[in-house]
Amino acid sequence: MKYLKFLLPMGIFLVLVLFLGAGLHLDPKEVPSPLIGKPAPAFALARLDDPRQTIRRDDLLGQVWMLNVWASWCVACREEHPLLVEFAKSKMLPIYGLNYKDKAASGQKWLADFGNPYTASISDFDGRVGIDYGVYGVPETFIIDRQGVVRFKQIGPITPEVIRTKIEPLVRKLNG
Amino acid sequence: MVKRMLQAFVLGAAVLLQSAAWAGDAAPASDNPALEARMMAISSELRCLVCQNQTIADSHAELAVDLRKQVREMLLAGKSEQEITDYMTARYGDFVLYRPPFKAQTALLWVGPAAMVVIGLGALFVVLRRRSRMDANAFEPEEPDANA
Repeated sequence: MKYLKFLLPMGIFLVLVLFLGAGLHLDPKEVPSPLIGKPAPAFALARLDDPRQTIRRDDLLGQVWMLNVWASWCVACREEHPLLVEFAKSKMLPIYGLNYKDKAASGQKWLADFGNPYTASISDFDGRVGIDYGVYGVPETFIIDRQGVVRFKQIGPITPEVIRTKIEPLVRKLNG
Repeated sequence: MVKRMLQAFVLGAAVLLQSAAWAGDAAPASDNPALEARMMAISSELRCLVCQNQTIADSHAELAVDLRKQVREMLLAGKSEQEITDYMTARYGDFVLYRPPFKAQTALLWVGPAAMVVIGLGALFVVLRRRSRMDANAFEPEEPDANA
């Protein structure tokens, strides 16, 4: 009973420290996406390199694929890009680029300058498909399974660690 | 002296007026004031995800402009407020709502502060009552001042 007087405030203090400590490591920018586990929103958009061709979400069913939202005006995309180019070489899964609120010419020049990791890029000039995918912090990356269900979302640039610990195991599992 | 003060006052008022002008919401893009008012009312309940402490109505971020446009178009299409809110939460989650719905996931958020107050007041009450029932001898006698 006598110790309780010391232990109780001590315990409350430790709990507080735990909460505050955890709070330091949470990123308020990382809002959990309600899309995880839901069908990827449908789209039908023109290819960046050839606007006469349209790619639809349903064209991509039956395979595990990555959707990477990027733009030539996006600084963090530039940071992420070499990693994506490197990852594309592993041919682990097709990577589709959603060129978000960009101009076709700027987007094409960007790919020519920095390399093109994408199986294809599609143009979302007015950002409508971006809104459907809940995009708010480019770059964003989605992994979509064979049935067209969103399984993973990364807000902000992917890192080698994210590829190693999240994306690769997930893709292996979905393909397995 | 009086002139000085007057000058300072005018300058202060000018600065205030100017900042008030800057603080205005983004210019409306539709000429229907009633629709704009409804759009702004709905937008001011939605969080802008780019600048998280602003509403979509306040923010000048590009996404906020797009989302205001979206709200406007949905209103024009005759959608209800509830349908628009559902549309936003389906894409961005409950986080976009400044007043998230009460459910298991948000229970701590809504009940937490009140529960803390109740627990604190309860503890205070218990301690005070226990003390008031204690014998006067239970307290340490006042010690005389060291240097007295």
